[in-house]
Amino acid sequence: MVTLTPEEIEEIQHEISLVPIKKAACIEALKVVQQHRGWVSDESMKAVADLMDMSPAELDSVATFYNLIFRQPVGRHVILVCDSISCWVMGYENLRQYLSDKLGIQYGQTTTDGRFTMLPNVCLGCCDHAPALMIDNDLYQDLQPEQLDEILNKYA
Amino acid sequence: METPLTQHIVAGRQPLSLKEYERVGGYESVRKVLKQMTPAEVTDLVKASNLKGRGGAGFGTGMKWSFVPMDVPGPKYLVANADEMEPGTFKDRLLLEGNPHQLIEGMIVAAFAIQANISYVFLRWAYKLAASEIRKAIAEAYEAGYLGENILGSGYTLDMHLHTGVGRYMCGEETALLNALEGKRANPRAKPPFPQVSGLYGRPTIVNNVETLCCLPHIVNKGAEWFKSLSQSEDAGTKIYGISGKVKRPGVWELPMGVTVRELLEEYAGGMKDGLKFRGLLPGGASTDFLVEEHLDVKMDYASVAKVGSRMGTGTMIILDDKTCPVGFVLNLQHFFAQESCGFCTPCREGLPWVEKILRAMERGKGQPEHMKILEFHTQYLGPGNTFCALAPGAMEPLQSALKYFRADFERHITEKRCPWKQ
Repeated sequence: MVTLTPEEIEEIQHEISLVPIKKAACIEALKVVQQHRGWVSDESMKAVADLMDMSPAELDSVATFYNLIFRQPVGRHVILVCDSISCWVMGYENLRQYLSDKLGIQYGQTTTDGRFTMLPNVCLGCCDHAPALMIDNDLYQDLQPEQLDEILNKYA
Repeated sequence: METPLTQHIVAGRQPLSLKEYERVGGYESVRKVLKQMTPAEVTDLVKASNLKGRGGAGFGTGMKWSFVPMDVPGPKYLVANADEMEPGTFKDRLLLEGNPHQLIEGMIVAAFAIQANISYVFLRWAYKLAASEIRKAIAEAYEAGYLGENILGSGYTLDMHLHTGVGRYMCGEETALLNALEGKRANPRAKPPFPQVSGLYGRPTIVNNVETLCCLPHIVNKGAEWFKSLSQSEDAGTKIYGISGKVKRPGVWELPMGVTVRELLEEYAGGMKDGLKFRGLLPGGASTDFLVEEHLDVKMDYASVAKVGSRMGTGTMIILDDKTCPVGFVLNLQHFFAQESCGFCTPCREGLPWVEKILRAMERGKGQPEHMKILEFHTQYLGPGNTFCALAPGAMEPLQSALKYFRADFERHITEKRCPWKQ
């Protein structure tokens, strides 16, 4: 049984203090755990549910709705490839193909060294600079496949 | 040409700090509404300005506010919808990253008009730079006394919080957004009751788009007539327009409401890239009907675009060129909508994946003659009135218009048993 760290509990309690109904902080609580652990395991889910006075099933129904709450382990870095219309017109599929070949992973998979997970993502809102992708918190725009090696090298 | 919303936004430069913003007249509208106006006067002014919601629906902002019951005790809420996730839309990002104080100022005006004491900026996860700029700006506004208790000695109190989402297009729908803010699945709610009466935590709530809110300080400072005079059409103000796709200069521009599609495409975006021909465009995001060559002289305002069978939506266009397959284009859109359906109501949950599968079959050379009828059936069955929210009807807009304008291209996929655009 995983228990939450005092630090996680403190951060979650802070989020609870900001809302009128305890449950309303549950997404924030999941974000806290994900921030610390990279993803939300079944055990973490149960621990957060206990803290929030929710059943694990109820909390999981919320968690699984949102694509950026990870219910499976992810790599140290998450690549979000924009697959929406403007990036499609501008040829994002070449980027995706290059990344798949280079890293040996498809969408939803993690490299064997645990370095990268690649996921599709809806429109990143920089369509005048398509195609685009994000790695962790960093946005890359106007991309050509040949730029990707240098970008990937920044992430250990 | 006046560009009130973007006048202080310079590419590559930090947004104005609170002090810098004040030096160019920032927060004057807050002083004016708190010291010289009643909430009803602010609402009347915004009604008179004919400001319409810039999130896509184009509903009158003052009218929306006027549905908030003013005589009920207890909290009311204002929410800025900064969950910009309509594919092809990148206008609010500019305002959020470029001048966060303008948004905060607009939110204070709106919150005062409906006498809300708590406000939220609901920001999508991906807008990392915007998040840090807004966080900084909110802290500065508290420090300067524009937020918090007894603002500028007026007795009016307003708190403001930044909430960052964890994905899902549905969160942009205002009632789904409220569910997300309450820590629930972002399914849309039944209307009525409308959020103006029963919104966040069952309390009266206004949700306004970022660009809408950013218009407010200027309307308060310069008046309704001035705001109307900015426009070249019946709809008032300026509009942030954008163009993406294979044009020479994709970008985003603040222009008088009612510039024509042609001006945007040819003058501002520089026309198509060399060697490519224009075939069509979605005028305002993924969930709007195609416009084609014959519509190039249509004015980009709510009424004019509606008259030719589409919607201005967010005003950010996506261009289809002749080297891009229209069926592949629509397939990409339908994949998006099928994936983002919340699954709550049957036509949307079951219908959109079916549409996606048929289009994918066509692209792979497996299209059948009866597929055309099935697609047409869906444009009716998933149309307005049959679903819980506007997601599926929105998805059908580009499909139904593609079947109208690019019908021969769909049929070629079936008869040639391949995608003619693929080698």
